[in-house]
Amino acid sequence: MKMMWFHLMPYTELPEDFKEKHPSVWIDIDPKLFDPHRGHHMYNDFIDELEYAAECGFDAVCVNEHHANGYGLMPSPNLIASTLARSTQDAALCILGNSVALYNPPTRVAEEMAMIDVISGGRMIAGFPVGSPQDTCFAYGQNPSMLRQRYFEAIDFIRRAWTEDKVFSFDGRFTKQRYVNCWPRPVQEPHPPIWIPGGGSVETWRYCAEMDYVYCFLSYFGYKIAREQMHGYWAEMDRLGKDRNPFRAGFLQFIGVGETKKEAMELYREPAEYFYDRCLHVDPRWVVPPGYMTEATIRARVESQVQLAAKASAGGGPSINQNAKDFEGIVENGYVLVGSPDEVADKLREIAIDLGVGHFMLLLQFGNMSKDLTRYNTRLFAEKVMPQLRDLFEDEWEDHWWVKPLAKNERAPREAAA
Amino acid sequence: MTGMPRESHLMVGGQNIRVWRQGQGERIGFLAGIGGLPRWTPFLERLAESREVVAPSLPGFPGAAGHDELDSIFDWLLATRDILTAAELEGADLMAVSVAGALAADVAGVWPDSVHRLILLAPFGLFDTAEPATDIWALRPGHLPDYMCRDRETYKAYIEQPDEADPIEWKVELMRALEASARYLFPTGNTGLERRLQRITCPVLLLRGELDKVMPRSYLERFAAGVSGPATIVDIPEAGHLAELDQPQVVAGLVQEFLE
Repeated sequence: MKMMWFHLMPYTELPEDFKEKHPSVWIDIDPKLFDPHRGHHMYNDFIDELEYAAECGFDAVCVNEHHANGYGLMPSPNLIASTLARSTQDAALCILGNSVALYNPPTRVAEEMAMIDVISGGRMIAGFPVGSPQDTCFAYGQNPSMLRQRYFEAIDFIRRAWTEDKVFSFDGRFTKQRYVNCWPRPVQEPHPPIWIPGGGSVETWRYCAEMDYVYCFLSYFGYKIAREQMHGYWAEMDRLGKDRNPFRAGFLQFIGVGETKKEAMELYREPAEYFYDRCLHVDPRWVVPPGYMTEATIRARVESQVQLAAKASAGGGPSINQNAKDFEGIVENGYVLVGSPDEVADKLREIAIDLGVGHFMLLLQFGNMSKDLTRYNTRLFAEKVMPQLRDLFEDEWEDHWWVKPLAKNERAPREAAA
Repeated sequence: MTGMPRESHLMVGGQNIRVWRQGQGERIGFLAGIGGLPRWTPFLERLAESREVVAPSLPGFPGAAGHDELDSIFDWLLATRDILTAAELEGADLMAVSVAGALAADVAGVWPDSVHRLILLAPFGLFDTAEPATDIWALRPGHLPDYMCRDRETYKAYIEQPDEADPIEWKVELMRALEASARYLFPTGNTGLERRLQRITCPVLLLRGELDKVMPRSYLERFAAGVSGPATIVDIPEAGHLAELDQPQVVAGLVQEFLE
């Protein structure tokens, strides 16, 4: 089982009356709310936290990309990953990712990721999300109707840029480049592992299966909501004749560990409510522009809504509240898994087996969680939870989708600055 | 809502294009606005009392596929021009509403002989950062009808699922129509048309509902100032963005008066 420490880098000082006075945490969040002096401390604290997680023995540290977003201060995850490439030794660097449809030509993404892979000695995982509609269509003005066509083409471009052994021409529908030559070349052969974060469309599952990429179900709403998605994913893998290797899949979960459940409930209430109430305050006008969702997904959603309505009218509807804001609801619905180390380990084992996921992306910092509490949560998890899960799946399955770093004796020595 | 038009289908650029026709007399083409033409309307019926109204569907709008093959405004112009030609509208009068206005105006500018007289109702195609048009792709769920007509129920009735339609496919078709317009207009609605407005030499009637919450009046004034031919702006009282749905008789009367 791979356990990966994920940071969203939320702005931790949104005002208490944020929801009342501001329409949205995303896209049109008031620029005046960002205090660069406080931001200086936040970024440095966050990088410290990522480095601490790597020191504690997490298999990977994860960064991601958001734009014009009050709960995600990483417009460029590559910048953070590049500092971690220097300051960490063994942890994989999982960049989830670069929203490649935003960058034309995608050459820059291929180059920057190759740089990080080389600097880190082959420790980079390349995540390529299509990107949320908020980030891609509204914050970056990309056309929702062409986004996926651009996205698939850009991944193809980058993969070729990393693997072709000659300078080549790329004559795509959107990207046309007469001379493609990615210097530097990534360390990992044939290329760094490619992971695809997705929200649960059948097309994405099929794409991952066809290309042999890892599928990551990234949601802020926990393991209960994920069941239907991941069971659907595995049913599709069965249909396509793929094995049920859990390392094909990744899954994100918020975690709060205490010495006891009671302590955990006390410690994580404020940061969880800060995240689910304040950070997820997104104006519904920024939800889904026409064209972002594929027609197949629209059909599937309309059908499932019809089925849900039928179930509900028959008294058998789902009981999971997808909009809980108070801590009791947040825990009850599984958005945040809270408990003692043994309770968290038992539950995570159950979730890993039920969902069939071999890569856990764990949010142990969320909302306005302080640096001290983040370290406490991270250390407790690393010392008391991780050992209980470490062996899961590892004997039975091989993780073909993990990083292949240089041997330690091949890596550049670290010298303190003079 | 009204009597049914005659329906035919054309193959244009490998795509099946629905064409609705009604009436007799001098021909006028009609290109529908946001959401396309999911049903025939009282406005078109009234217009068809004195003209042959020919309403082809543009790619991705109800009755036609193929929007996802079109990547640039050049692709869209060629497709629009080919569809108008195939529907025997070469040289005819042409009316276009809202999102279709951007394409019709460009066709009239790029191929001046192809359009006799042009009627544009609240046309897209321009953008002014000082007075931005409403972002129709960033409306809260369920709010589109409030922006389309004076009375939201009018637009809801316009897009209501007919009894014979498949409910899932109907939803997909309406969403596809919104996507199609986004494909050539997202994110601002600016197609670069302003540089080409001076190529429009035919007489132009510019219409706008006084209660239009989408398109500021100044956009029509820029259209009028930019074209080379004679241009008239007429405001329609008690009408929203799709003014022909709110005031079918008034708008039909204005169009007929302009064409006489």
